[in-house]
Amino acid sequence: MVTEKDVHHIAGLADIGISAGELDTFTAQFNAILDYFDVLDRVQGDGAEARDLINVMREDVVEPSLPQEEVLRNAAAQEDGFIKAPRVM
Amino acid sequence: MTDPQVIVGLEVHCQLNTESKLFCGCSTDYRNDGPNTHVCPVCLGLPGSMPVLNKKAIGYAMRVAKAISCEVLPESEFSRKNYFYPDLDKAYQITQYDKPLAQGGYLEIEGDEGGGKRVRITRIHVEEDPGRLVHMGNAERGKYSLVDYNRAGIPLIEIVSEPDMRSPKEARKFLNKLRATLEYLGVFDSEKEGSLRVDANISIVGSERVEVKNITSYKGVEKALTFEVTRQKNILRRGLAVDRETRHFLEARGITQSARSKEQEHDYRYFPEPDLRPLHVQSWVAGITLPELPDARRERFIAQYGCSLNHARTLTGELRLANFYENVVSPDPGGLANSAATWIADTLIGELNYRGMSLDTVHAKDFTALVRLITKGTITDKSGVEVLRVMLDQRMGGGAHETPAAIISRLNLAKTAGDDGALAAVISEVIKENSKAVEDYRNGKNGALNFLVGQAMKKTRGRSDPGELNRMIIRMLGDREA
Amino acid sequence: MAQPEISFEPDDRYNAFLTVCNRAPHRTGSLAGTAVAVKDNISTKGIETTCASRILKGYVPPYDAHVVDLLKQSGAAIVGKTNMDEFGMGTTTENSAFGPTLNPADTGRVPGGSSGGSAAAVAAGMVRMALGTDTGGSIRCPAAFCGIVGLKPTYGRVSRFGLIAYANSLEQIGPMANNVSDVSLLMQVIAGHDRRDTTSYDRPYRHTPSADIRGLKIGIPQEYFGAGVDKKVAETVKRAIFRLEELGATSVPCSIPSMEYALAAYYVTCTSEASSNLARFDGVRYGPAADTKKSWHDAYREVRKTNFGTEVRRRIMLGTFALSSGYYGKYYAKAQVARENVKKDFARILADVDVIAGPTMPTTAFRLGEKSDPLSMYLADILTVPVNLAGIPAISVPCGRVEGMPVGLQIMGKHFGDERIIDVAYAYEQAVA
Repeated sequence: MVTEKDVHHIAGLADIGISAGELDTFTAQFNAILDYFDVLDRVQGDGAEARDLINVMREDVVEPSLPQEEVLRNAAAQEDGFIKAPRVM
Repeated sequence: MTDPQVIVGLEVHCQLNTESKLFCGCSTDYRNDGPNTHVCPVCLGLPGSMPVLNKKAIGYAMRVAKAISCEVLPESEFSRKNYFYPDLDKAYQITQYDKPLAQGGYLEIEGDEGGGKRVRITRIHVEEDPGRLVHMGNAERGKYSLVDYNRAGIPLIEIVSEPDMRSPKEARKFLNKLRATLEYLGVFDSEKEGSLRVDANISIVGSERVEVKNITSYKGVEKALTFEVTRQKNILRRGLAVDRETRHFLEARGITQSARSKEQEHDYRYFPEPDLRPLHVQSWVAGITLPELPDARRERFIAQYGCSLNHARTLTGELRLANFYENVVSPDPGGLANSAATWIADTLIGELNYRGMSLDTVHAKDFTALVRLITKGTITDKSGVEVLRVMLDQRMGGGAHETPAAIISRLNLAKTAGDDGALAAVISEVIKENSKAVEDYRNGKNGALNFLVGQAMKKTRGRSDPGELNRMIIRMLGDREA
Repeated sequence: MAQPEISFEPDDRYNAFLTVCNRAPHRTGSLAGTAVAVKDNISTKGIETTCASRILKGYVPPYDAHVVDLLKQSGAAIVGKTNMDEFGMGTTTENSAFGPTLNPADTGRVPGGSSGGSAAAVAAGMVRMALGTDTGGSIRCPAAFCGIVGLKPTYGRVSRFGLIAYANSLEQIGPMANNVSDVSLLMQVIAGHDRRDTTSYDRPYRHTPSADIRGLKIGIPQEYFGAGVDKKVAETVKRAIFRLEELGATSVPCSIPSMEYALAAYYVTCTSEASSNLARFDGVRYGPAADTKKSWHDAYREVRKTNFGTEVRRRIMLGTFALSSGYYGKYYAKAQVARENVKKDFARILADVDVIAGPTMPTTAFRLGEKSDPLSMYLADILTVPVNLAGIPAISVPCGRVEGMPVGLQIMGKHFGDERIIDVAYAYEQAVA
């Protein structure tokens, strides 16, 4: 059973904005879905053992990087080759 | 002095010296290049990109594990550590959580009370470095950050110690020993800027633990911890409680500052990285051959070159230094070993530190020549220092540099060879001008003799041998019993 | 010498495409000049790739997905990027930020999802083949609803490098076309090892479909014909299976007890992985600009609130919750145990039979706007998700209509048994042609 407060906390943890109007709808939907998930409590078993695709690695070889313009191309804001971002405050 | 009340544990992150990054083929040699020039879809975290593990990074980490007696686990895997920060382009760091590469082990250091001390290792794991942030702007124009992802994806090894250290000094020794060991293994270069970062946990027995994050220099660790010990003791002395918290070390001001307001409680929501497969590498350990490590090399220097314990410790404390020493003495170990040890440990290191110079700028050949000239008696010790300083200054300048012999010749530093007449004249002057000192000497104060020798050295501009002067002054004063 | 091009001017009344390439260049090869559509969560260099989300509007990848490299090498002409549920999250393509795709069989109904655009483009004859992706049924569902053929390959047989991740441990890119032979041809192009995808196997696909299924043993799980499945759909599929028996196959009843919790395990796993995969969309390196005058967390939250749809935000929160401190053991860890049980159930059954058959979907296509409750939408995936949990291959082939709407027959096979299930689908298709 999750409350609106819990849902608000989760939204904060996920840094996902939800509006006040959405809060109660989300809470009701969450409760229905999480109730459905409760069936997992009855699951018994050992879980997986890794059997194949073990130790998949590459050799330490240098490959070409992207040109700086390609790296910056999709960025909304840049300065002197750096990508601009909001500051953590 | 070890304070039995202080408890310190360290988490050390070192950049591994591979050619390419941990999960992609971008070159790790980014320090001299412009921002965002060593980046590809993988390390930029572009949607749809996938990591592929660098085998050499694992090999390097396993070398470290073997060298410090850690047990490589039969199965290890990578996990995602989820948090949001502008320098973390996937919004998760690929690291290792509940199945690290290795556990257990220890590193031997000199305890504060003398004798060896084992600092136990909790675990070793491998993870990727985030990008680099530069903070810009100000309150009026608005603050923002600039991000350079060249560093994103560089392989890191994280070594976590048990809280076995009992002073900031022991922490520094642990760090030095660890650094030297990693260099000897060929997996780490301590001269690369930013290649090492330390988080320290420190508490006074019975009180809460404080975490000091992101210390980026070796000296910084001892400074930060010394500050913390004082800060925490002051709090306790006032009858208050130390808060359990995270603090940042501000290197420029030498203080730690609470980080509480800046960072929320983190729930990293670790889960296994679905794009990477598990590692079963325990069987590789047997095939790893370790090179000679610092302790063994120290013992060998004592046995093979007759170094004192102190000199051996100093010389083997850094890989470059140990190699340099052996290169310097190799033409004639018998004749050079002793002097070279003294001149490198007691003089060269200090002169290099003073200039902020790397040992790489000095050629062993040139240093060998200098040591030979000193031991042969061509120049005095004092002139030797002067020649060394000229050599270093020339190399620091980057221009043409002279051999020691050329410098001696140009500056006319060759010892005046036993010209007793001229020397005797100088000594007479010194005796005449310093009657108080002469009287002190006659009254049994041997310090006065050194003073007289010094005065004579000054007059000969250091070109005469102090031992020679010493003998002559004694003789001449003896000739002149008052 | 310039590359030959085909000209592509579709009448896209179904809103199947998000981006159209009117002039599509192509090389020579096995698919020379064939018009192929690519779902918009697969990275195409120089062509906008949005995952049908506002948070990637304007994003132009600087690289091609591995399968796109392979398509180009085979001579295919990439004619456009198709519509989908935002980030693959949905069963109807109604969750697209750019409007739903309509079902060519009935434009008042959904085409299925999340690869609805690719299915509609194929069903309407706009393209001969298309690539879709399947995380919990997203190729098979629209194939069933639109009446075409769609294959979800064995996990790891097709590289995911360049596929914008929703749920890494569940999803695969797969071929969609109007007939089994074309699906097989396209599978041949895209299957095979990629050193850039650590989870990919070295199992190329080189197979010509065979209609000979004499001696084939088909498992019929009771859970696929139970209460939750529309009676007429169940009958239609049973008739199809009977047709297979007439071709020399034998049916064997079986049961998959882990079906009871398969859907829960699926949704816990995919939302958990998605919550992590989608955290990188912050408007800094790509996407709509983050407001650099705000503080980091405020800007980040705002970009995501404005540009992620409701279903995406719901699933991110569910996944965040499932991984969070105190709940990891109850949800994520349990889901992995459940998943292992599903794998074991399928392995047990497939040790005795060659393939497993049942309906692809419990109903035919819903009306647009009919499913508004998230949980009832999730429940529609009940017959498709077990396959993704187990990593086995599955194909949907049209097997008749109910009230005018297509019904899909789903054939599931062993690990790396893609060739066999293609044969079964081919045998059926040829028999009813």
